[in-house]
Amino acid sequence: MTNVDITSVAKTYGQTPVLADITTHFAEGSFTSLLGPSGSGKTTLLRIVAGFITPDSGKVAIGGADVTDTPVYARNIGMVFQSYALFPHMTVAQNVAFGLARRGIRGAEARKLVDRALEMVRLPGFGERRPKQLSGGQQQRVALARAVVIQPSVLLLDEPLSALDRRLRQEMQVELKRIQRETGLTTIFVTHDQEEALALSDKVAILDRGRIVQMGPPAEVYEQPKTRFAAEFLGDTNFLKGTVVDGALRLSDGTLIRTGAPLPATGAAAMVAVRPEKMRIDAAGKAGDGAENRLSARIDHVIYAGPALTYALTASDSTALKIFAQNSTGAIHAEGSDVSLVWQPAHTIPMEDAA
Amino acid sequence: MTALARFYLLAILVFLYLPIVVMMAMGFNESALYELPFRFSTRWYEALSGNGQLISAGVNSVVIALITAVIATLAGTMAAVALDRHAVRGRTLLQLLLLPPIAIPWLITGTAMLVFFFWTGIGRGMHALLIGHVALAIPYVVLVVGTGLKTIRSDLEEAAVSLGSTPLHAFFAVTLPLLAPSILGAALFAFAVSLDQFVISYFLSTPGFATLPVQIYSAIRKGFTPEINAISTILLLGSMSVIVVFAIFARPGGSRDKR
Repeated sequence: MTNVDITSVAKTYGQTPVLADITTHFAEGSFTSLLGPSGSGKTTLLRIVAGFITPDSGKVAIGGADVTDTPVYARNIGMVFQSYALFPHMTVAQNVAFGLARRGIRGAEARKLVDRALEMVRLPGFGERRPKQLSGGQQQRVALARAVVIQPSVLLLDEPLSALDRRLRQEMQVELKRIQRETGLTTIFVTHDQEEALALSDKVAILDRGRIVQMGPPAEVYEQPKTRFAAEFLGDTNFLKGTVVDGALRLSDGTLIRTGAPLPATGAAAMVAVRPEKMRIDAAGKAGDGAENRLSARIDHVIYAGPALTYALTASDSTALKIFAQNSTGAIHAEGSDVSLVWQPAHTIPMEDAA
Repeated sequence: MTALARFYLLAILVFLYLPIVVMMAMGFNESALYELPFRFSTRWYEALSGNGQLISAGVNSVVIALITAVIATLAGTMAAVALDRHAVRGRTLLQLLLLPPIAIPWLITGTAMLVFFFWTGIGRGMHALLIGHVALAIPYVVLVVGTGLKTIRSDLEEAAVSLGSTPLHAFFAVTLPLLAPSILGAALFAFAVSLDQFVISYFLSTPGFATLPVQIYSAIRKGFTPEINAISTILLLGSMSVIVVFAIFARPGGSRDKR
C-alpha cells in the first residue's frame, strides 16, 4: 500500500499563501501530473510530499502512515531533480548504489541491483563512467535509476525533462512511462508542459494560485474543463459569452448555442468553451440540420503549416476565434471569406466560473 | 594584438618577479655588498647554518603558519557552511561583519590586540601570536570556502537526503569531497596570511620568541647581511612549491564541473 494522501495542507511564505488547503489522493501505482504555471504551488506540493518543506497545517500520509513529521531521509522516497543532481565525484555505479548503501545493501548484492537498474534505463555497462562524461539524456536516466533502485514508496519527479531538447524529451517521455509501468511505483510528476502531462499521466491535477482547480484523467480534464483557467492552461480554447435563454446560450448577435451539460437559469450571464479542433468550417448561409451549433464568422488569417491549418476568425458577435483543421483536401478557405462554423453541443462546455 | 598582449603579460611577470630573482641571486653572490661581477658562493648559506636566531625564527614562522592554517580552516569552514546552508539568525549582519577585519589596517588591529591581550593577561608570545594570526586568517577562509560552497548546488545534498542520508552524512559524503579544493585553497591562504604577517607579529613577539619577518626586521636594523637573502630564498621556494602543487592538483580556478 503506497498511496499518498494529502489532507488540508497549507503553506504560507511570509504573507504569501503558496498552498491553500489542499486535500487530494494519489492512488497506488498511479502516475499523476501536477500541472500549472510557475508560482501555482506545484513544486511546493511535491516538496511537501518529499519532506523538504514542512506544511504550516495539514497532514501527509504515504502508504497509510502519517509522515508529516518524518524527515526526508526516513520517508523512503525516490526523487529526480530538474538538474539531475548526480554526484559529480562518483561514478555512475556509485551514484546508483548510494541509496542502497544507506539501506545497508553493499557488495555483490548492491552490484546486482545497480546493474539491473542501469539495464532498465538502457545504460548497461555505463557504471564506471563519470556523470560529466554522459549526455543530458543519459544523466537523466542515471538519476532515474538512482531513484528507482531503492524501491521507494513513491517516485517524485520535479520537471525532470525540462532541461532536455525536444527530441530527447519525447524519447524520455516514452522511457519514463515504460519504467513507471515496469516498477509500478506511485508517481507524482511536476511539469509546466501540458502535452507532457497529457501524454504521460493517468491523472492530471491543474494547479492555480495554490489550489488544485481540477483533477482527473487527461481526456476528462481536456474535454471537460471546469474553469476558464483549466480550459486555457490545457490546450487552446475558444470562449463564447452570452445570456442563458431556455437552457441555451444567446450570444450578443442573437445566435443560440446549445450545450451538452446544463447551463445556469435563464437570464444569467454564462460562458462556454469550445476546443479549436472541434469546430468545422462550412459554407456560409447553408442551413444546418438543427442538431449542431452554427455560428457565422469571417476568416481573418490562415496559418499554413503543411499537414495542419490554423484559422483565425471573427464571429458574428465579434468574438475572436481560432480553428485547427487537418489539411485533408488541400482546399484552403480564403482570408476575408464569410463562413459558418459547425460543432456539436456536446463539445460546448459551460464554465463554472462564468462570465 | 596578440604580440602586444604577450609583451604586456611578460612585462607584468618581470615586474613581479625581478626583485625576487635579484634577491635569490644575491644570496649566492660572494660579496656582502652586492658587488658585481657575480661570483657564485654558498658562504651565506653556511653562515646561515650558524645563525641560530634566524633559523629558529624561521621555524617559528612555519610552525605558527601551520597551526594557524589548521585552526582557521576548521573554524572558518564551519562558519562558511553555517552561513551558506543554514538559516542562521542575523546571517546578513554576520556576513557583513566578516569583511571589515580584512580592510582594517594591521597597525590598528595589532595595537588593539596588544592592548586587549595586555588587559586580559594573555600577554605576548607564541600563544598570543597564534590567537592573532587565527583571528586574521578566519575571514579569508570564510570568504574562500563560502565562494566554493556557492558553486556546489544544494540540490546535490537534497538528492543525498532523498536517498536516505541524514543531513550530516550528506555533508560528509557529498559536500565535503566537492568542497575539498576550496578548503585546501583556504588553508593555503591562511598559511600565507600568517607567514606574511609582520605588523601584528611585531607587536606580539617577545625578545625570546619572534617570527622570521620580525627577526629579519631587527637584523636589518643592525646591518644587512646576505644570510637574510638565503633564508628568504629557502622559505620562498618552500611556499612556492606548495602553491604550485596545489595549483596542479586542485585547479583553484574552478575548471572542475561541480554541478
